[in-house]
Amino acid sequence: MHEFPITQQIIKIAEKHALEAGASRVIKVKLVVGDYSGFIGDSIQMYFDVISQGTLCEKATIEIRRIKPKLKCENCGKLFERVIFSFACPECGGEGLPTEIGKEFYVDTIEVEQ
Amino acid sequence: MHDVLKVNVLENIHTENDHIAEHVNEDMSRLGILVLNVMGAPGIGKTTTLKQVIKKIKGLKTYVIEGDIESNIDTVDLREMGIETFQINTFGACHLDAPLIHNAVGNMNFNEKGVLFIENIGNLVCPAEFSIGEHLRMLIVSVTDGSDKPYKYPLAFQKADIIILNKIDLMPYVDFDEAFFMAGVRGQNKAVPVFKVSGKTGEGYDAVAKWIEAQAVK
Repeated sequence: MHEFPITQQIIKIAEKHALEAGASRVIKVKLVVGDYSGFIGDSIQMYFDVISQGTLCEKATIEIRRIKPKLKCENCGKLFERVIFSFACPECGGEGLPTEIGKEFYVDTIEVEQ
Repeated sequence: MHDVLKVNVLENIHTENDHIAEHVNEDMSRLGILVLNVMGAPGIGKTTTLKQVIKKIKGLKTYVIEGDIESNIDTVDLREMGIETFQINTFGACHLDAPLIHNAVGNMNFNEKGVLFIENIGNLVCPAEFSIGEHLRMLIVSVTDGSDKPYKYPLAFQKADIIILNKIDLMPYVDFDEAFFMAGVRGQNKAVPVFKVSGKTGEGYDAVAKWIEAQAVK
């Protein structure tokens, strides 16, 4: 459900940058989406196909690079992916703290036709 | 054949929402209003907690924005208690966002310094992802949810500034593993205060009210 307003933002951002580049059409929009951002790629593409009609983004494809969340061990500093029901570092057993890795949600690049 | 050009964008998709949220935050700070974003699953006791804690807060005027998918049941209750309350209905949307709050605060009269509670849509997932101009995030959970929630909904626990553990009067009847729950909370959020309360009996809310009063004068 909440991918709808988010997809409107994606189109707005892509169009703004396409116009600045003097483009006539957007072919591809590349997103970086952390797993903790809470957004589902298939839903974004579905809304995108509908909302983009009549915009520079019509018929563009969305490509998503997903990022797995990582914790940082407070003992040894290692970045690691946690296993379910545990925050322990696989190297030293120290406690892993949340990081910003996995919360990304941005438009990385667009490909446009001039 | 047209030339294809790659354009670097690197723009956060939440930028517009966050920009409006900052505006709301600055406006409310200027008015001397502490804004709390109250989050939790449906039926967890968000409105009950507001009613209990508002009764106990001293020396500060309290305001409420009620977010619900439909209905104004809670708003009617709160207004009967004499609390200035504004209702937002999202008709399906799963969270409140900054433009909705910007509009709501514009329709309210903040004539005295105090605390604004924004009761988010009952949901443990999406509300944690959107800033709405709050100063602090209050997460409400309960012993009937099971003790695994910090492991299953990490973002809500990571972002919380205060956690309310509700329905402790039901502790004897449910298998709530408090040590496992607290290990999950501390794994995500080292310093967050956790207050145990009963919305039914009112137990524990004095300490919550004192904590909020202390934040408001900061």
